[in-house]
Amino acid sequence: MKLLWLQAAGCGGCTQSLLGAESRAGVLAQFADSGLDLVLHPALSEASGDETLALLQAAADSRLPFDILCVEGALLRGPNGSGRFQILSGSRRPVIEWVRELAARARYVVAIGSCTAYGGIVSAGENVTEACGLQFDGDQEGGLLGADFRAGSGLPVINVAGCPTHPGWIVDTLLALILGALTADDLDAWQRPRFYTEQLVHHGCPRNEFYEFKASAQKLSDLGCLMENMGCKGTQANADCNLRPWHSVGSCVRGGFACISCTEPGFEEPGHPFMETPKVAGIPTGLPIDMPKAWFVALAALSKSATPKRVRENARSDHPLISPGIRKSGRK
Amino acid sequence: MTRRLTIGPFNRVEGDLEVALDIADGRVASAEVSSSLYRGFEHILLAKHPLDALVIVPRICGICSVSQSAAAAAALAAATGLEMPPNGRLASNLILACENLADHLTHFYLFFMPDFARAAYRRRSWHATIERRFKATVGEAPREMLPARADLLRLMGYLAGKWPHSLALQPGGTTRAITATEKVRLFTILREFRAFLTTTVFGDVLENVAALGSADQLAAWANGRPADFPRFLEIAADLGLAHIGRASDVFLSYGAYGHGRGALIDDEPLFARGLWHGGRLPFAEPLISEDVAHAWLHGDRPQHPQQGETRPLTGEFSEKASAYTWCKAPRYDKRVAETGALARQMVAGHPLVRALVAADGGSVRARVVARLVELALVVPAMEGWMRALTPGEPFCHPWQLPDQASGVGLVEAARGALGHWLRIEDGKIAGYQIIAPTTWNFSPRDAAGVPGALEQALVGLLVGANESVPLAVQHVVRSFDPCMVCTVH
Repeated sequence: MKLLWLQAAGCGGCTQSLLGAESRAGVLAQFADSGLDLVLHPALSEASGDETLALLQAAADSRLPFDILCVEGALLRGPNGSGRFQILSGSRRPVIEWVRELAARARYVVAIGSCTAYGGIVSAGENVTEACGLQFDGDQEGGLLGADFRAGSGLPVINVAGCPTHPGWIVDTLLALILGALTADDLDAWQRPRFYTEQLVHHGCPRNEFYEFKASAQKLSDLGCLMENMGCKGTQANADCNLRPWHSVGSCVRGGFACISCTEPGFEEPGHPFMETPKVAGIPTGLPIDMPKAWFVALAALSKSATPKRVRENARSDHPLISPGIRKSGRK
Repeated sequence: MTRRLTIGPFNRVEGDLEVALDIADGRVASAEVSSSLYRGFEHILLAKHPLDALVIVPRICGICSVSQSAAAAAALAAATGLEMPPNGRLASNLILACENLADHLTHFYLFFMPDFARAAYRRRSWHATIERRFKATVGEAPREMLPARADLLRLMGYLAGKWPHSLALQPGGTTRAITATEKVRLFTILREFRAFLTTTVFGDVLENVAALGSADQLAAWANGRPADFPRFLEIAADLGLAHIGRASDVFLSYGAYGHGRGALIDDEPLFARGLWHGGRLPFAEPLISEDVAHAWLHGDRPQHPQQGETRPLTGEFSEKASAYTWCKAPRYDKRVAETGALARQMVAGHPLVRALVAADGGSVRARVVARLVELALVVPAMEGWMRALTPGEPFCHPWQLPDQASGVGLVEAARGALGHWLRIEDGKIAGYQIIAPTTWNFSPRDAAGVPGALEQALVGLLVGANESVPLAVQHVVRSFDPCMVCTVH
């Protein structure tokens, strides 16, 4: 399959993340060995300047057939709908025009990262640049291509959301397309591949014991649960970051800081400081997903009263102060 | 005869770049460098909670993400007079070093070297080897480099959770305390990375590379050595890369890896802060200013960044005919400065780098040599920082955010001097200005009409009559390792 990759108004971080994919000889070899031909990628291709423009024009005119269009970065409609905030260098034309033309030619259109999917961090604040996603503007359907857009395959835009995306999410999505193994049923309500959004960041969180007992971190670098005070949304965020760690070993919560639910439309404007948990009457307003508030409050009260000393003390330290007891088994 | 050549999109640089050249008698007579993307991060930051900057600024750039975090954390720390505990300082150095070294490798293997694999060089004696190793997207070298780069990312997985876009770097230190067994694992991973450098990049131990002190020593060392750095040196000698790409020869470094020579809190940074202009000069932050005479931005005179603002033109662009970029023109005491690994090693005083510049000035070769020598200098320093980590001691100091304060954070990203200027009023961000390394290097002309560093470096290059994307221009542009998404943020 032939892949065309465009960078719109993003940070390039999803490409950088992708390059960190953990396969024996790196992601470029993995793509080549899987039959994925990187026809054009702004950070990786030999072509530059006129050579690139010629390729893009050929793709837009259907002279260069291709299969997958990956777009990385928000789509800037400003100022005043002109797209002038991002001109494709050398072409005198706004990037959004190129994206519209190329999307119409692609069998699959993939939004790489939350900026491309929903607008993301670039659309934060007053959104002076009129940034939006390919098929969403925040959580509203529409975006640059419109709610009715369908790529040649009949699929809507596939949103590999995340800020940045985990390399595995991109690789699995592209390889699934090559195998013909991604259908409309495999996308969730935000058009994200369900293989990584039907888990919660909470799943596999190494702080689970602290969560169970509501033994909470009080300050940065504490080992305790980050939900009550530190702004963590891991119990609500759709992603498999702790089942499929980053770089084999990491994740946001493993790194000691809050999950900010970066796979979600609108994560960039949470309505509270990112690293603080908003509360009403001492109770976090964002409760674990699927959990009735009354049950959460009751369980929290019970589990706090039942917290082992080890868990309580360790939660407020950056290294374990008390080790778990050692079980003695057998009869001898 | 003069012709105008516009080059874009300029691939294998991070972000959006257009270069316009006036060519007379087969040489570049003048150049205009344009950043064609505006996102408005400095505006996005206004009225936010000050700590939200730590979420927002790394997302300016996916390749300098940790550097942006480090600058924000430094600005916030300066606003409160906060000092990190030794572990926090050491871990911060390690995290920043991981990013900077990963970026050096990404630049060399994926952005810079593939140009020498082009068919246009097929008659050169070295071409077959270089094509096999470095051909864009299919060469064999990235099959070795990407897994080594992943070693650095795995170190960041332990120290910072993930890369890019971590929140581990905080004003008071880092959020992730390393345990004794993790310290062992960090050593193990770094040892594997060192082995890659020894085998594939240098064909020699790092200490021998770091000790090279002159152009003659470098040439003798490289001769016939089967590794990627010597292969580049052979190309550089053949194509005369020491004689193209000279900019202003004013070099700016904010100093890298604070307290980097040891674990003591009052130690000097690993690489010193300062200015080099024919000799070493002291650095004075108030002498920095930014000018928007040639940018699609509002403003009528140069401003120090603490007083600066970033407001885009949104209406009639033709009303400002002088403008050709979204990039401001930073100046140090009215001087056009170059920044990056070359500047860092000029200021820090690496003998080989100083010798190369003394002979030929700043050049494509000197920039690449400085970057690779830095790999050999920083890995041993990282081993020292790892050794000094003390599990059980704190990594992060707690602190209170002031309602009113201002602070400056000056750090070194892979590609050079990165500054954040922060003002807090009523507990919110009231002002935030950023000058990125490539803002310095790819600056437009200032109000006095003085071209920026790359604009100067391109002048005089030979351009063939049939060349639409001249190779020499590409080598010079990429030698700066530009990051355009940082440049205009």
